[in-house]
Amino acid sequence: MSGVPAVSVEEVGKEFRLPHEQAHTLKERALHPFRRSGSDRLHALEDVSFAVAEGEFFGIVGRNGSGKSTLLKCLAGIYKVDRGRIRMRGRLSTFIELGVGFNPDLPARDNVMINGIMLGLSPKEALRRFDAIIAFAELEEFVDLKLKNYSSGMQVRLAFSVMSQVDADVLLIDEVLAVGDAAFQQKCFDVFQRMKDAGKTILFVTHDMAAVNRFCDRAVLLERGRVELIGPPDHVGARYLQRNFDREGAVVDGGEEGRVGDGTAEIVEAWFEADGVRTDVLPQGAECTVSVRVRVHREVAEPAIAVLLENERHDPLWAVSNEDGDAPSGLHAPGDEAVFSVTFRNVFAPGRIHVTPWMVHAGGAPIIDRRPRLAAAVVTAVHRSGGLVDLPCAMRYERGVREPA
Amino acid sequence: MSVELGPAIPGPSALGGSPRRFVYLALTLAVTEFKLRFFGSALGYLWQLVRPLMLFGVLYLVFTQFVKVGGRVPFYPVVLLGNIVLFTFFQEGTGAVGSVVDRESLVRKIHFPRMAIPVSVVLTAGFNLVLNLCVVMIFALASGVHPRWSWLQAPVLVALLAVLVLGLAMLLSALYVRYRDIKPIWEVVLQALFYATPVIYAVEALGVSDRIRELIMMNPIAAILEQFRHAVIDPGAPTAAEAAGGTLHLLVPLGVLVAAFVVGYRVFDRAAPRIAEEL
Repeated sequence: MSGVPAVSVEEVGKEFRLPHEQAHTLKERALHPFRRSGSDRLHALEDVSFAVAEGEFFGIVGRNGSGKSTLLKCLAGIYKVDRGRIRMRGRLSTFIELGVGFNPDLPARDNVMINGIMLGLSPKEALRRFDAIIAFAELEEFVDLKLKNYSSGMQVRLAFSVMSQVDADVLLIDEVLAVGDAAFQQKCFDVFQRMKDAGKTILFVTHDMAAVNRFCDRAVLLERGRVELIGPPDHVGARYLQRNFDREGAVVDGGEEGRVGDGTAEIVEAWFEADGVRTDVLPQGAECTVSVRVRVHREVAEPAIAVLLENERHDPLWAVSNEDGDAPSGLHAPGDEAVFSVTFRNVFAPGRIHVTPWMVHAGGAPIIDRRPRLAAAVVTAVHRSGGLVDLPCAMRYERGVREPA
Repeated sequence: MSVELGPAIPGPSALGGSPRRFVYLALTLAVTEFKLRFFGSALGYLWQLVRPLMLFGVLYLVFTQFVKVGGRVPFYPVVLLGNIVLFTFFQEGTGAVGSVVDRESLVRKIHFPRMAIPVSVVLTAGFNLVLNLCVVMIFALASGVHPRWSWLQAPVLVALLAVLVLGLAMLLSALYVRYRDIKPIWEVVLQALFYATPVIYAVEALGVSDRIRELIMMNPIAAILEQFRHAVIDPGAPTAAEAAGGTLHLLVPLGVLVAAFVVGYRVFDRAAPRIAEEL
């Protein structure tokens, strides 16, 4: 990698006018010549700056409406930036959509030419690569078939094949490309990887953190049109997930439905903490705490208190009580308050987890207070195992080892 | 940072980028459109030739048998066909009015010189014109018109018409992005122009005052058609200058033509960077 960036985005700003009433017709103009149709300004991008090194696989991530698509279109030269500038070295190719210019009424042969030329090939180059494109798409027998008679899978293959044959130094890729089944996705990423190995610079817009983690060298997180973070993909991914779930974590049933208890004491609240801070977002692998506050109404000796963690499908994940560890409760007088906290390493699979706290008299019955699903939090992770937990583990694979005879 | 990074990317524009790419794109779009025009019809490209011939047949019947306009015009059938073919080019080319909006999927998905779109429409119309003019020539020869050196004026006249058409195509397609009533208005204007232009009649045989005739000849299409008739079909017909009442009078249609191109280009050029956002 040389020291000069391949792409340099410098204090870019982009605004959209959002007219309240689109004055689309001449009549409206003629009837109300002086009425200024009010418009809001939407700051789609503000002061966005970053540089991408040559040969880098660079992710652009953000939630819906964060400005990532606008940024992509500015980079692609489809939108004009209002402030700042974007500089680039080398030839650029944009893949916002597969099969730009495809026409269903024309055979594959014509469509390949059209699409190739749209993507920046000259007619001669397109013609020369035609065979390679068809071979890559494995569509040799269907060259003269009209595109509308292709299955959607064949169309995608053809479009993708054209794309893979376009040579450019900088590639802009929108996430829509990576749709489709797992095999096709893999093929996409194989091609991206090959392009990267060939020293091309790739800018990849997505909200799939797993893809960012797997392929990107670095990523930028956009939030409301501003750069929130630029850094290694796992950092960006973690922050993105946290951002994404910030406002959603607090959804709770309230712990009233199915509440049981004899009223000796009440469970006032339950909450989660990560790294010592109350939160609704629990990063996988972090030190997390679940806490329960109880208020005692009548004198009680040695009650047991427990928490149950469940996922959204009500699978119990883990239950633990103060009697499992060295946390005796002792004698409580009316008006006493206590907090029971359990700190654990968060190994849970990503998704929402709920806590059900309960308190029982010594000996296990009767129940003093039980509040199902009193609080919830979202476990975030950049990869998903498919199980209920992601356990830290070590593994090895030995070849040539025979079962002892 | 010793190596230069290069200038800021310019963003979308009317012409931008390499001229070569502009040509490729405009040609590709034009050829595709041409191929698709009669896709699926039994006669295919032949329709391109048959259609103006059928219009010609109808008009010929009406204006020779019922309304006796053509009676006094020498070579009236050839004149009529030639006029129809030229006017059809004008009509098809300025049909670019909706082209930029129709190509929305391209405009919003890739970076390319926006002007390739109206240019491609005019090119498609141009392909048709060339095909149709061949028919006109064959028809003319069959009708006893003799080849003359003045036929060489034809390409120049067609080029002038193309400049007018291109100017209007740029103007209309750029305006249509913002004002959607441009299209119906233009359709009416086309209808009016068809009769205001000496297509089915010959201007000198109209029997109107000189003032009115000169007014008709201020229309650049009228001047081109008139000169085409004189140079290609009937040397006895008045030249455009004669019909307009003097060479100086031709400055008006020429001015209109140049103005249409300049204004069209300027409007399109100014609108181009924002077209993707306003669609």
